[in-house]
Amino acid sequence: MPVSTSSQGQPQWRLRTTKAQWLGYLAWLAGISLFLLCWKVISDNTMWVFVEDAGRQGTDLISRMLPPEWTYAHQLWLPMWDTLNIATLGTALGILMAFPVAFLAARNTSPHPLIRSLALTVIVSSRSINSLIWAMLLVTILGPGVLAGIIAIALRSIGFVGKLLYEAIEEIHPTPVEAIAATGASRMQVMSYGVLPQILPAFAGISVYRWDINIRESTVLGLVGAGGIGLQLNASINSLAWDQVSVIFVMIFATVLVSEWISARVRHAII
Amino acid sequence: MKPIEAALSEQRQQDAQAGRWRRRPLIQSPFLRLTLWVGLVVYLILALGSVEVNWARVAEGAGRGLEFLAAFTRPDFISRWDDIWAGLLESLTMTVTSTVIGVALAVPVGLGAARNIAPLPIYWVCRGIIAVSRTFQEVIIAILFVVMFGFGPFAGMITLAFATIGFMAKLLAEDIEDLDERQVEAVRATGGGWWQTLNYAVQPQVMPRLIGLSMYRLDINFRESAVIGIVGAGGIGATLNTSINRYEYDTSAAVLLIIIAIVLLSEYSSSFVRRWTQ
Repeated sequence: MPVSTSSQGQPQWRLRTTKAQWLGYLAWLAGISLFLLCWKVISDNTMWVFVEDAGRQGTDLISRMLPPEWTYAHQLWLPMWDTLNIATLGTALGILMAFPVAFLAARNTSPHPLIRSLALTVIVSSRSINSLIWAMLLVTILGPGVLAGIIAIALRSIGFVGKLLYEAIEEIHPTPVEAIAATGASRMQVMSYGVLPQILPAFAGISVYRWDINIRESTVLGLVGAGGIGLQLNASINSLAWDQVSVIFVMIFATVLVSEWISARVRHAII
Repeated sequence: MKPIEAALSEQRQQDAQAGRWRRRPLIQSPFLRLTLWVGLVVYLILALGSVEVNWARVAEGAGRGLEFLAAFTRPDFISRWDDIWAGLLESLTMTVTSTVIGVALAVPVGLGAARNIAPLPIYWVCRGIIAVSRTFQEVIIAILFVVMFGFGPFAGMITLAFATIGFMAKLLAEDIEDLDERQVEAVRATGGGWWQTLNYAVQPQVMPRLIGLSMYRLDINFRESAVIGIVGAGGIGATLNTSINRYEYDTSAAVLLIIIAIVLLSEYSSSFVRRWTQ
């Protein structure tokens, strides 16, 4: 514990040593300088006239959004169904692909270190790239439509599900695995009877959690042409029909809240 | 144990003695299991039936897909380097400023959204802020802020800061709600006021996680900053979008590789920081 002596020779307790104190100050100084530098770059690239106008633009926007054109909701049921399908089928496809990848990436089930690093690379690349970017690429490749959205969601989900799942596999109890292996079971049998039952609850929880996130993500995929309610949102924004936009916002808000509630309930029931 | 479960487990025991062992299903009740399976099949038929696929278009695009994959073997960093660099600089600065501002604003909201230290009206207001900020995708928020603040990184910064508030405040509030009550009580017993309790009992308990989460959010904000450029909120997303629309896949591959590299780097450094704070 850092103790210093006062001029009268009395020992004084201090939280930090002088060196640690100065290092702390230095870290704060560096952090604040970095922040100010970044702020300067942004401020140079900003048209401040527009920012000063923001309050007026904001109130204007709200006045255009209210009252919402509720009758427009009838045209939204089909796009909403598409959005739910993109999220659900995309999650299912992503899980199917993530499952083997996770087993290859976990240290205790991976057949070879080289394959393990390959699987980890797949997981990292999938995680770093947002589903909207995947959708953008897939729309140019597959053409606009729900299929591009489903595959985009699936590709993004591989990384998320794969990462959490391989961490769960690495944390399993080794005793059941050893017991199964001791009976003379083959490698696949060990996986099926020793590893799988231990990770199934975690797996179900992760899948539902990702489904809930995917609902949120799939609402915007239409902005780049990948189907769902985002297409309607894009059309309404481009035609400046803000009273329709507010209806879409309300629907998205309700859907996401419900899906979050379902996912929380399911995870609560499993764990 | 409910009667049905007792009967089931007895059945299992008899089966096991007869040498017919079966593994335990994840969902115990057979009725629920059957309903879920039937529901799944019905849903899959309905959903797959409503997906329209234009196979001619897919076949046409397949060549382009291969071209894109091939572009990853020869990424072109040079010919559009000025655009890439400008986008990258905007993305990185946006990430730093939005995380700092977002975390600074998330702390009071998070305190207000913790039921054990905030009064009920404030609790509901803060929970409302969190719900709104978390429900909407960053891109949707970006559209609104671009309309308000004009094109450019300022709108992007505000968007990411807003999204950060919801994320950080929710996790911070949950953290505060399950902190160790004994320490709070101890500080209160010495006569400490609300601020002193916060400073000496709550803050030391949540600080390591707060730092870890901020690092994590920095990472997320960078990833998101690559996306909100699509709707005009600045950053590398605009560069990426342009390159894809022009079918300049070599440049897109270069941008994607840079994004992956930076995410990897920040993930590695954030795990280092988290180990150091705990």
